[in-house]
Amino acid sequence: MSKLDMNWRERSSLFQLTVVRFKLFLREPEAIFWIFFFPILLAMGLGIAFRNRPADVLQVGATTTQLTQALTAEKGLAVKTLDEAAGMHELATGQIVLLAVGANDIGAVYRFDDTNPDARTARLLADRAIQTSGGRHQAVSTADELMHETGSRYIDFVVPGLLGMNLMGSAMWGLGFAIVEARQKKLLKRMVASPMPRWQYLTSFLISRIGLLVVEVAFFLGFARVAFGVPFRGSLPELAALCLLTSLSFSALGLLVSSRATTMEAASGLMNLVMLPMWIMSGVFFSASRFPAVIQPFVQALPLTAAIEAMRGNMLQGTGLGQMMGKVAILVAWFVAPFAVSLRIFRWR
Amino acid sequence: MTDLGTRAEGNGTSLLLRGLRKAFTDVQAVDGLDLEVERGECFGLLGPNGAGKTTTIEICEGLTIPDSGTVELLGLNWRSDAAELRQRIGIQLQETQFSEKLTVEETLRLFRSFFTRGISVEESIRTAQLEEKRKSRVGGLSGGQKQRLAMACALVGDPELLFLDEPTTGLDPQARRHLWDLVDELKQAGRTIILTTHYMEEAERLCDRVAIMDHGRVIALGTPQQLIASVGGEDIVEFAVVESNDSPVPKGEGAPVGHARVDVEMLLGIPGVQSHRVDAGLHQLAVSEPHRVVPRIFTALTEQGMHLSEFRTHSATLEDVFVRLTGRNLRDE
Repeated sequence: MSKLDMNWRERSSLFQLTVVRFKLFLREPEAIFWIFFFPILLAMGLGIAFRNRPADVLQVGATTTQLTQALTAEKGLAVKTLDEAAGMHELATGQIVLLAVGANDIGAVYRFDDTNPDARTARLLADRAIQTSGGRHQAVSTADELMHETGSRYIDFVVPGLLGMNLMGSAMWGLGFAIVEARQKKLLKRMVASPMPRWQYLTSFLISRIGLLVVEVAFFLGFARVAFGVPFRGSLPELAALCLLTSLSFSALGLLVSSRATTMEAASGLMNLVMLPMWIMSGVFFSASRFPAVIQPFVQALPLTAAIEAMRGNMLQGTGLGQMMGKVAILVAWFVAPFAVSLRIFRWR
Repeated sequence: MTDLGTRAEGNGTSLLLRGLRKAFTDVQAVDGLDLEVERGECFGLLGPNGAGKTTTIEICEGLTIPDSGTVELLGLNWRSDAAELRQRIGIQLQETQFSEKLTVEETLRLFRSFFTRGISVEESIRTAQLEEKRKSRVGGLSGGQKQRLAMACALVGDPELLFLDEPTTGLDPQARRHLWDLVDELKQAGRTIILTTHYMEEAERLCDRVAIMDHGRVIALGTPQQLIASVGGEDIVEFAVVESNDSPVPKGEGAPVGHARVDVEMLLGIPGVQSHRVDAGLHQLAVSEPHRVVPRIFTALTEQGMHLSEFRTHSATLEDVFVRLTGRNLRDE
C-alpha cells in the first residue's frame, strides 16, 4: 500500500486539477457555443449588416415621366414613376426615401424626411440630376477618387471590440460559475478537507483559462482574417500578450465576484452588475469617446475600455505596446487589485 | 452524563476532545464536550438533527474552529500539524456533490493526486464496489453509489482515521445495508472510524461505542449493549387501550378518552416492569422477562375494564435509550 507505481501526471495534483478543468469545460456544450461560436456568429451578422456595399442605391419616386428621365441619369438613384397618392404611400412605408412631385409653377417639389440621412442624400442627388437635365453647368470642375481601404471599415472596428467582450465573458463566467457551483454543491469544502493545496485549485483555473484562450483567440481572429480580411498591423506577440493580460484581469475580476457568493443567482446578478456598464460604455460596438466628457474618466478606467482600445491600436494602427503603457497599466491594476482582495475574502465553504 | 466506562481494548488514543465549545449566532452548537476514541475503534455520534454532531465532527476534521477546548488527532493538533493531519485522515462530508460531468475514475484519480501516499485508484474502486461504474459520470449514479464514491474519496489516502458524517442519510434500505457492509470491511481492516448518524439501528449495527448527543452535549456514552441495559429492561412493551364497553377509539388527533384511566401504579406494581411512559396515546413499559410479565399486564388491564386496541413488544434499542434520557423521540424532529 505504500509506494505505488504512479507517474508524475498521476502524482501532480496541479496537473490533475487542470486536466479536470479542461474536461469539465469540454463536457459543457453550451459553454463551447458561447465561447467559440457566438462571437463568430455575431461578427458574421455585423459583417453582413455593415458590409461596404458598392455605394448604396437609393429608391426614389417621381410623379412625371420628365422627372423620371432626369433622375435616371443619376447612378446613385433608382427611380420609379408613380401617381402622387401611391408615391405618398410608398414614402410612408419606407419603400422610397424621396418623392419628386412635378408642379406647374416650379420644376419639382421634393418630399422627404430630413432626419433620415439617406433621404437627405437622395435629395442632393435628385436635385443635382434635375438641375443638370435643366441645363446647369458646373461652376468649378471637380473629380472623385474612391477609397475602399481595409482597416477603416466597421467590421475592422468591431472585431477588436468583440474580441475584448468575449475575453471578458469567458473569463468571468468560466471562473465565476465554476467556483460558485463548487461552493454551492459543497465540493469546495470537500476539496479543502483534503490535503489539496488551495493555491493549486485557483491556479488550475488560470492555467486552463490560458489554454482555452489560445484556442479561442486564434479561432476568432482567424475567422475575422479569412472571412473579412481584418488587418493585423501591429506585432502579433504583442497582441497575444494583450489578450493574455486582458484575460487575466477579467479572471481576477471573476474570482472577486465569486469569492463570497453562495448561490448561482447571487453570482449571476453580480456578474451582470459588473459587466453591464462595460458592455454599454467600453466601446464594443461604437467608440467609447461618444460618451459625455464628464464620465470619460470612469469610462477610460474600465478594463474593457483599456483592453479594446489597446487591441484596436495594435490591430488597426499598428501601435506598439510601448506607446500604450497607460492602457496596459490599467489592465495590470485590474489584475492585481481584485486578485489580492479575493485571496483575502475568498470563502472556501 | 452517563459514562459506562470500559473502553474497547486499544493501543493508543486516536481522537481526544476536551471541553469543546462552539457557538453560532443563534445557537450553542457544542456545549462542553469531552470524548476519547481509541485506535481501531468504530465510534458513533448518535443524536437527533441539530444535536451538534456535524459541528463536532467538523471541528475534528479541522473545518470548523472551536471557540474553546482541545482537539487532538493521532497525537497531533490542527494549529501546528494541519498539513500532516490532512494527509493522514479521510473525510466524507454530508451532502458533497461531486462534479457531475466527471467519471468515477476521474474523480478518484483527482483525489488520489492530493495524497502523498495511499491506495491505488483501482483499489479504491474495488473497495467501494464501483467497478461497473468506473467509466460512468457521477451525475448518472444512484444515491447509494454516490455515497460509496464519497467513501472511496475518503479512502484513497489510506487514512488512519476515517470520519463519516451521516453516511447513509437519504439512502433506501438496500443501499444502506450495502454501505454498512462496506463500513464493516473497513472495521475488519482495523481502521479507526468516527461516524455520525441519527439512525439508532445504524449505530447499533456498526459502532463499538456510541455517544448519544443532545443539545451539544454527550448525554450517554458506552457500548450499544451497555446503553440499552441502562434503560432498565431488555424489552419494551407498547400498547394502547379502549374501555371495553366503548366503541373502538377513533384514530387520529388527541389522546383517546380511555387512557387517563389506566392505573399506572398497578402496572408498575407488576414484578419485572421497570418504567412506564405515555407518548401520543401509546403506553410504553420497559420490562425484563416479557414471557412472565406480559400475561400479568393482560390481566391487570382486563381487571381495569380496558380493552387492548394495540399491543406489541420489541427488544430495547438505542432509540429507547434516547427516549428515556430526553423524553423525546430521536427521529420525527
